Amino acid sequence: MTQPASNSVGAHAPAKLDLALLERSLRRPRTLFSFCSSVLCAVLALLAAVPLFSVLLMLIWRGAARLGPALFTQLPPAAGMPGGGIGNAIVGTVLVVAFGSALSIPLGLLVGIYLAEINPDGGLASVVRFCAKLLTGLPSILAGVFAYSTVVLLTGRFSPLAGGVALGILMLPIITLTTEEALRSVDSEMRDAAIGMGATQSEVVADILLPTALPGVLTGILLALARGAGETAPLLFTMTFSDYWLSRHVMEPTASLAVLIFNFSKSPFDNQKQFAWAASLVLVFIVLIFSVGGQILSRRAAKLSGAIHS
Amino acid sequence: MTESTSTAESEHIARAPTARELGADRAFKWATRICAALSGVLVALIVILIAKQAMPAILKYGPHFVVSKKWDAGKGQFGILPEIFGTLLSSAIGAGAAGVFGVATAVFLTEGFIPRWLEHALQSVITLLAAIPSVVYGLWGIFVVIPALRPPCNWLHGHFGWFPLFSTPLLSVGLLPASLVLMIMILPTVTAISRDAIAAVDPLLREAAFGMGATRWETILGVTLPASRRGIYGSLVLGLGRAMGETMALAMLVGSANVISPSLFSPADTLAALLANKFPEAASPLDLGALMYAALVLLALTLLVNVAGELVMRQRPRGGTPVSATGATK
Repeated sequence: MTQPASNSVGAHAPAKLDLALLERSLRRPRTLFSFCSSVLCAVLALLAAVPLFSVLLMLIWRGAARLGPALFTQLPPAAGMPGGGIGNAIVGTVLVVAFGSALSIPLGLLVGIYLAEINPDGGLASVVRFCAKLLTGLPSILAGVFAYSTVVLLTGRFSPLAGGVALGILMLPIITLTTEEALRSVDSEMRDAAIGMGATQSEVVADILLPTALPGVLTGILLALARGAGETAPLLFTMTFSDYWLSRHVMEPTASLAVLIFNFSKSPFDNQKQFAWAASLVLVFIVLIFSVGGQILSRRAAKLSGAIHS
Repeated sequence: MTESTSTAESEHIARAPTARELGADRAFKWATRICAALSGVLVALIVILIAKQAMPAILKYGPHFVVSKKWDAGKGQFGILPEIFGTLLSSAIGAGAAGVFGVATAVFLTEGFIPRWLEHALQSVITLLAAIPSVVYGLWGIFVVIPALRPPCNWLHGHFGWFPLFSTPLLSVGLLPASLVLMIMILPTVTAISRDAIAAVDPLLREAAFGMGATRWETILGVTLPASRRGIYGSLVLGLGRAMGETMALAMLVGSANVISPSLFSPADTLAALLANKFPEAASPLDLGALMYAALVLLALTLLVNVAGELVMRQRPRGGTPVSATGATK
């Protein structure tokens, strides 16, 4: 009633209804703006996907030239020499990731169980959760600095063990946080039922929660493996590099795919550059298997928990 | 009932835990508690150990280390101002660009522009960007990004060389290629977090805006993005933290030049790249101390940014809970 003008417009509006006004026309600035924004947004989003394909194409184009049995069975070529392979680097990567996993998987699982089940709301839990998030953001090179100032200085030598400690630090928060989330997503009725039947809390975790949450837990482990296998920086001065096969005495400088790529990328020799690409192809293949496997599992885990809840 | 014998009790599935089971339970709980405490102590241990190693250099150079420009191991002169400058500049450019691309992608993935299956496919592609190891991005940067950037950058330098940002030619490695690759590397983080934030906006808000006659982009810019801005800010800060610590791609692309230049095409250096390049050849204890000091500065910077990011993310987004429909006025 304070707006007589708008009232009168409202009263006359039906009579003056102009159908052309209801049409979606790009000549109107609002519609035009919306349309242009949509196009811009689509272009930006599609551009964001370009690098992945560019990387993969380059890997296949430049890296596949060296694919063959020799790649996996021979030692890296010296400067200016023809032929060779990256066998020792593959062995080294597998070994250091195994060390990292041996440290981080049991620890991460137990911490995740503590955060999800044993005392989820306590003070320690919130501190640990915060620390785990900070560890996720820890620059990988600092994990290397830490492993250097503990393991390397203590043992007096570069070794896969030192590299494994550094990788373990980087893998730990991933496993911890995904395990916690996976355990939490298990229906609480299953937990109550088991406890009601006289199971202790640890039996509930071992027999009910872990088997049910297995896809989620495995996702975390796979993602952590992918992260660990691809890390280079912490290995530069914990494990360094070696041109030879790993001897039986494991505590010595050891080759890895990641450091090999770094070293050979700076090489002036075409043969070594080719091996940088071939090693990248192998490394990305390994990492993508873990990573895609993790994604598929996590989608299955989401579907599973959705099915239980509905 | 008729079968109940003396052994029946042990055959029941439901029974009270035995003393041994209770003991195992207690031991297990303690094990998890100790591990949890250990993983908390780990962060403190990392800070303390790096600080301890850096102590000789801290005592010798003090705060001068952070503002000095010289790095000359032979003369025992160390300063990391160019590295701090390079770290902040490259990650700011990277995070800024990732913000533009990431938020656009997040909007594109949530606001119903394309069919569901395509959304999932594009989402997977962006997630996979995070799976490519840093060192492979470095290699790709050397052989793809730098050759692609060189002609346009040198054209800019040739025609607009008076402008400080373009004041040097792009020879090979430099700040711009490094920042671009950084952008690609943190894009998945920014996209994933802002996507979640945008998807969490109450659909009622969006529908109300549509109902009032707003166009799709008036709704996005006026309602959806403001309502999810905490998550978007958080994603940018976490992306910035990630960018500051990123090592290998930068060590390969940034040029390791101890200079402060306003030019985007000039070689530069970052703290993480400095560590990667100098640590393996550090000879004297003082060398090592200086590098540990640099590591400590990097640790402080990233911890600060990450804590800030976590705090931003922790605050509940505003506008998450709508006014109840029954209370609608008029």
